[in-house]
Amino acid sequence: MMGSENQEAHPHASREEMQSLILDDTSSSTSQSFSSYRSAMTTLSESHHPLSVPIATSPAESDPLLSPPPPQHRHLQSPKSTSNPNMQPPLYFADVGEVNGIESPSPSQSLEKSSPFSRSSSSSSSSSTEYIKIAVSNPQKEVQSSNKIVPGGNTYVTYLITTKTNLPDFGASEFSVRRRFKDVVTLSDRLVEAYRGFLIPPRPDKNVVESQVMQKQEFVEQRRVALEKYLRRLADHPVIRKSDELRVFLQVQGRLPLAASADVASRVIDGAVKLPRQLFGDAPSTIGPQDAVQPAKGGRDLLRMFKELKQYVANDWGGSRPPVDEEDKEFLEKKERLRDLEQQLSNASQQAESLVKAQQDMGETMGELGLTFLKLTKFENEEAVLNAQRIRAADMKNVATAAVKASRYYRGLNAQTVSHLDTLHEYMGLMLSVHTAFSDRASALLTVQTLLSELSSLNSRAEKLETSSSKRFGGDKSRFRKVEELQEAIRVTEDAKNCAAREYERIKENNRIEIERLDAERKADFLNMLKGFVTNQVFYSEKIGSEWAKVAEATSGYVKE
Amino acid sequence: MQQRSFSGVSQSPRSPSKQPPYLAVSVTDPAKMGNGVQAYISYKVITKTNLPEYQGLEKIVIRRYSDFVWLRDRLFEKYKGIFIPPLPEKSTVGTNKALSCAEKFRFTAEFIEMRRQALDIFVNRIASHHELQQSEDLRIFLQADEQTMERARSQETGIFKKKPADLMQIFKDVQSRVSDVVLGKEKPVEESNPDYEKLKRYVFELEDHLAEAQKHAYRLVKRHRELGQSLSDFGRAVKLLGACEGEALGKAFSELGTKSEMLSVKLQKEAQHLLMNFEEPLKDYVRAVHSVKGTIAERAAAFRQHCDLAETIKLKEIDLNKLRLTRSERTVDAEHEYEELKADGEEARRRFEMIVRLMNEEMVRFQEEKTLDVGLAFHEFAKGQSRLANAIADAWRSLLPKLEACSSS
Repeated sequence: MMGSENQEAHPHASREEMQSLILDDTSSSTSQSFSSYRSAMTTLSESHHPLSVPIATSPAESDPLLSPPPPQHRHLQSPKSTSNPNMQPPLYFADVGEVNGIESPSPSQSLEKSSPFSRSSSSSSSSSTEYIKIAVSNPQKEVQSSNKIVPGGNTYVTYLITTKTNLPDFGASEFSVRRRFKDVVTLSDRLVEAYRGFLIPPRPDKNVVESQVMQKQEFVEQRRVALEKYLRRLADHPVIRKSDELRVFLQVQGRLPLAASADVASRVIDGAVKLPRQLFGDAPSTIGPQDAVQPAKGGRDLLRMFKELKQYVANDWGGSRPPVDEEDKEFLEKKERLRDLEQQLSNASQQAESLVKAQQDMGETMGELGLTFLKLTKFENEEAVLNAQRIRAADMKNVATAAVKASRYYRGLNAQTVSHLDTLHEYMGLMLSVHTAFSDRASALLTVQTLLSELSSLNSRAEKLETSSSKRFGGDKSRFRKVEELQEAIRVTEDAKNCAAREYERIKENNRIEIERLDAERKADFLNMLKGFVTNQVFYSEKIGSEWAKVAEATSGYVKE
Repeated sequence: MQQRSFSGVSQSPRSPSKQPPYLAVSVTDPAKMGNGVQAYISYKVITKTNLPEYQGLEKIVIRRYSDFVWLRDRLFEKYKGIFIPPLPEKSTVGTNKALSCAEKFRFTAEFIEMRRQALDIFVNRIASHHELQQSEDLRIFLQADEQTMERARSQETGIFKKKPADLMQIFKDVQSRVSDVVLGKEKPVEESNPDYEKLKRYVFELEDHLAEAQKHAYRLVKRHRELGQSLSDFGRAVKLLGACEGEALGKAFSELGTKSEMLSVKLQKEAQHLLMNFEEPLKDYVRAVHSVKGTIAERAAAFRQHCDLAETIKLKEIDLNKLRLTRSERTVDAEHEYEELKADGEEARRRFEMIVRLMNEEMVRFQEEKTLDVGLAFHEFAKGQSRLANAIADAWRSLLPKLEACSSS
């Protein structure tokens, strides 16, 4: 609904205007965080091209939310622009005589492009006035005071994260914190753990290699944009926006109080230490209920992982039916469908990139042709001895001017195309989240199955022990004790199984809700994408066509009958 | 030489064709002849005329590329001072380095058509040039039977025919002379006419500009092809995506994909149109400038010859006077030689001056012709681009109501 802000929001916009903009679900985030697209965007906005139009920018650094630098400024300066797409065209052509009037991209359409997939439903009236607006700005270098391993400081970058909200949980309406990228990774990891079965927006890449290759400033700017986009998506998600994790991240000053998931090394060590005791029966080898609701994680639960792996293998190759099956046919169908979708999305995404590149090349070559003709015109005029030369120079100038204009239009067209077709890339990224959500479900199921197997084996052991007792003398006391132990284990395991089963059901339900939401929002977003793409093509093609028509008219005298 | 101007194939787009003398030529019907290594393309050359020098009102002959080359070489020899219309290049190799092997193959049919068009323009330019149209070599070319033509072609060897290598050397000489003069180095045996220097500089610089323009024009053709290809691929991918989605959205995708594929075809067409009607004329312009450079070289050669002879005559005169004083028996012979030399010198001077005169006239004709040619090329370019852009706008516009319907449902 209205998680994200509209960067076009005029500083002097009236309150009603603001609200209507918000209600219309505006989003200005068009930056994209997948490296495969980066090159297209970077070359696109390389503003050292002789034809690039310098556009005056307004000084707006004070309040990043209300008056951010105008989108066109970003367009030229940063590899990832975050401008409201359909409003772009006229502003590009300030000195080609275009008026800032939006003719064909109609306002309603232009405002509808929101950050894909995480719009909360606009049906409930109470939520229709809720909002969280987040902006990321002001990257700064900081030095970490020496830690044990690395003597001396190591530098990292922090970003200022400003939030404006009216959600009651936050207790305040406006606040800022400084966070570094590592904190974002922590936030993301915690959310993934806490919200199993949900479609959690994918976080920006870590990009260790690229950060060393790219110019520091460029990289920082890219990252800033990616972070902003990610946080806005989180804020758009109907469930996650209300999460503690997000709230703490956005609001709590100082060090991020979310415990990072322990690093793998210590977890493995931890688990390896516990394992022998578990195997020899010293430590409890049962999975307790509190653990049953978490997936088996790394080192700590090596034994559990072995058990679940055994179960998994038994499921697949054992031939014996597992106690609980994934019987939800509907789910399996959906899964298949989504797999198909992912493949086609990937393909379409690739072709979209090629299209963008082709459009870009067209614009560039057209521009170069125009410049060459301009040079020729100048040359002919300077050297003209005969009138024929001057006439030719004049004709050439017409053509050159039209070619240069057309080239600019192509650039504008392409910038818009990029932002529209970006939707494809975004949904492709979301498929990752789908995979995660489905694997949450699968691992929860595996836990249930494992516990059931365990339960049945415990039960059969208990049975055997009880029937054998009547035949022996003197061993009663120890047998009795063993039976009691077994009964205890059975009870614990029974509890764990019930918890696991409940968790599984919960995750299944989360999956279902989220997939429904995905489908609905995807349909809407794709439709918008198509409309935007088509409208854009029409707008620019008309402009280009009319420029050339003028030249064709002017040179029509040369046609031989 | 009588000046005969007739307007059958006229230079100005506005003058109508009149009944009195006309000479209309066309080059058509390329056909592959022979096999394997010796295969070549032959063309039909159709001449329609009422001129008395020509046999009959219509004549059709078969000619191949080397026949056109023969004609050009003969004219270049005989009509010094006149810019002989340029011929298309011998082969694709070296004309467009951007061509890949696959493209070279793909362009065969296109190449043949381009060449045919260029040859047609070549012959027509000759036929409408007031001097060249009276050439006997032209008559032979237009009328002789194949055997006669072949004989004439094979007779052209050695002395009369300037090999391309020689021409290149002449160009280099002229170029170095021009740059020397520009740099202020004095070199003997060079015209010191400032207007002419300016003209030479103009021609050389023009060629650079034009070559660059032609390069970009060719790239633009390629861009059209590439955009067409990517639209086709995109359309296909979008249709597949639509199949996944199904219902209204799926249909929307499918229609988008179809439009995309349709536009791909339009782009390929426009690429072809651009190649034939814009890039080719620019190439032709470059060739024409080469031809001018050839004439510049001829003029330099004639000037050198004239100067050399003048030098020789002076020296001979000194010798002769010496001989006269000593009353040698060689005096008579020497006087003969002197007179001959003076005649040669006069001849050389006349030749040179004719070249100068012709060149001045030719420059005017050349500039006018080029303005018309280039003007037409610009018109075709603009027309094609406008047509394409409108087609694109129309195609996408037609989708909008359907998309609107989708979202409201």
